[in-house]
Amino acid sequence: MSAGVVAVLAASGLATADPALVLPLQSGLGDSVFGILLWFLDQWYWLMDWVYYFTGLEMLNPRYRFMHRAILVGLCVGVMAPLIGTFLVHRQLALIGDALAHTGFAGVAIGLFLNAVFDLGVSPYLTAVVVAMIAALFIELISEVTDAYNDVSMAIVLSTGFALGTTLISLNAGGLAVGVNQFLFGNLATVSPQSAAILLVLFVVIVGTVAVTRNQLLYVTFDETAAAVSGISVNWYNRVMVMLTAMVVVGAMQIMGVILVAAMLVVPVAGATQVSRSFSESLVVSVVLAELAVLLGIAVAYYGGVTAGGIIVLVAVGIYVCAVALGKVQSARGERDAPEMGSIEADSVDVGTETGDD
Amino acid sequence: MSANDADRATVAGRAEGETATSEDGPVVDLSGVTFGYTATPVVEDVSLTIDPGEYVAVVGPNGSGKSTLMRLMLGLLEPDAGTARLFGERADRFDDGERIGYVAQQASAAKGMPITVREVVKMGRFPHVRFGRLSSEDWAIVDDALATVGMSAFTDRRVTQLSGGQRQRAFIARALASEADLLVLDEPTVGVDAESVDAFYNLLAALNAEGITIILIEHDLGAVVEHADRAVCLNREIYFDGSTDEFVESDALVRAFGAEARLLTGVRE
Repeated sequence: MSAGVVAVLAASGLATADPALVLPLQSGLGDSVFGILLWFLDQWYWLMDWVYYFTGLEMLNPRYRFMHRAILVGLCVGVMAPLIGTFLVHRQLALIGDALAHTGFAGVAIGLFLNAVFDLGVSPYLTAVVVAMIAALFIELISEVTDAYNDVSMAIVLSTGFALGTTLISLNAGGLAVGVNQFLFGNLATVSPQSAAILLVLFVVIVGTVAVTRNQLLYVTFDETAAAVSGISVNWYNRVMVMLTAMVVVGAMQIMGVILVAAMLVVPVAGATQVSRSFSESLVVSVVLAELAVLLGIAVAYYGGVTAGGIIVLVAVGIYVCAVALGKVQSARGERDAPEMGSIEADSVDVGTETGDD
Repeated sequence: MSANDADRATVAGRAEGETATSEDGPVVDLSGVTFGYTATPVVEDVSLTIDPGEYVAVVGPNGSGKSTLMRLMLGLLEPDAGTARLFGERADRFDDGERIGYVAQQASAAKGMPITVREVVKMGRFPHVRFGRLSSEDWAIVDDALATVGMSAFTDRRVTQLSGGQRQRAFIARALASEADLLVLDEPTVGVDAESVDAFYNLLAALNAEGITIILIEHDLGAVVEHADRAVCLNREIYFDGSTDEFVESDALVRAFGAEARLLTGVRE
C-alpha cells in the first residue's frame, strides 16, 4: 500500500497540467482509466439532460453539472453502502463504519497537509481511502490477535483518527476551515469530476468484490465457525470486508460527511431487516431504501437549501420507521398464517404448536 | 489470496501420499494432544482415533474441554503439543471442507438476520461451488436435505421465526447438503423440545446407518447411552473410551465428574 502512495505522489508530482485537473492517477494506465471515467461522466450528463427535458426538474438543469455528479455519487453510495452494511450489521459491526470514517478524516487532513506543504495535487479523498484502509486492517488485526471485535479498540482507533485529523489541520492553520467543513458534513456542490471518478472506481471494486465472494461473505457473516469448518479462510474474508468498508465510507463521505456516513451503512439495512424474509431480498430492499433516501434527500437539500448529509439521514430514518411499522403488520399477518403452514408438513413431529412463537 | 491458495496447494500436494492411503484410515486421529487457552491445559494428553462409520459421543461435565476437543479435531485450534489429524491430513491445514458437516450449539449463528431456511441449507453447497452459482443439481441436493429432516414446508420461512427444534433441523439439513463424510455436532439438542430430540436422534441413527461418521458432543448422558455406539468420557483427560454399554457399568462417570467436584471445593490433587 505504501508503494501505491509513493507511485501516486510521484505521478502527481510529474503532472504539469492545469492544477484543477491534475490527477493522482497519471501514469499510462491511470490516464486511460480516467479517460474512460470522464467519458462515462459525459454520458451521465447527457442522460441527466434528457431527464431534465422530460421532467423539467430544476435541479437537473444542465447548467448545474455539480448536481448531476452529486446524483451519480448518491446513486453509487446508495448501492454500495447498504451492500456492505448488510454484512456488517448482522455481525454486530455497525459502528466500524463510524470508526473508519473518523480515520478517513485523518486521511483527508493528511492529504490537505501534503497539498499545502508540498503543493501536490493529490485528492484528499485518495489519501483518505489509503489511511482508512490501513486503519481497517489495523482494527481487523487487533481483533484477530485478541480474538474478539471490541468496542474499546474501535473507540481508540476512532478517536485517534479524529485527533490526528484535527491536529494536522490546526498545523496547516487558516484558509482550510471551509475545506474541512466540506469533509465533516459533506457537500453536494463540491463533488468534482475528479472525486466522482474516484468514487466510480471504488464502486466497481466494491460491487465486483462482493459479487465474486458473496457466498463466502454470507457464510462468514451468518455462522463464522461453520464457515471455518467448511474450509473458508475466515480471517481473509474479514480483512476483505473491513477494507471494502473503508472504501465505502470514504466514497460516501463526499456527500454525507465524516460524521453521518455510518448512517448509510446501518439505517437502510436495519429497515430492510424488518420487512424482508430472505437474505437476498434484504439486500435488494436495503439498496432500494437507500436509493430512495439519497434521491429524496438530495432533492430536499437542493430545493430547501439544507445540508444534504443531514437530510438524507433524516429521510432514511423516516423510511426505517415506516419499515418497522410495515414489519409489525407483516409478522402479525404471518402469525395468522402459521398453523396453516404446519398442517402441510409431512413430518409432523414438531410442527404446529410452536410455529410463529418468534 | 492467490499466494494463500498456492500455499494450500503445496500442503495438499505434500499430504497427497498420506491421503491416498488414508481412505480407509481413521477419520479423526489425535495423539498426545494438549491444549490450553492460558498456561493451564484445558485438554491434556488426549489420544483418540475415530474410524469411518463410527457413532461416537464425547461426554463430560461442563468446562471439561469437550468443545475445545471438538475444535482441535476440526482444526479450528492448533494443539500446543501432540498432533491432530483429520482424514489423514494435519487438522489445522485441512481445507477439504466439503467432507465435514458441522452443527453448532444454536447460539453461534447470527441472530435476527433475515435469512430463509433454504438459504441456510444452501450454504452447505458453498464448499462445492466456491465462487460460482448453485446449479440445479445443487438445488436438488438442498431440497433433498430439507425433505430428509422434514422441513420441506418451511423452506421459505425466516429462520428467526422457527422454534429451537426446527432451527436445529435446518442446521442439520445444511450439514447434510454438504454431503459430508463426517458429521460433528456440538450439543445439538440444547433448547430443543423433548419430542424433537427423539426425532433428531432417530435421524442421526439413520444417517449413521448410511455410513456417515458421527461425532456428538453431548451433556445429556441419557441420550448418549441410548443412541451412540461408543462413548468418550472427558474431563481434561480421557477417563473412559469404549462402548456405551461398558461405559454405563464403569465408574468413569463418577471419577470424571467427581474430580470436578473436588476441584470446585478447592481440594487440589
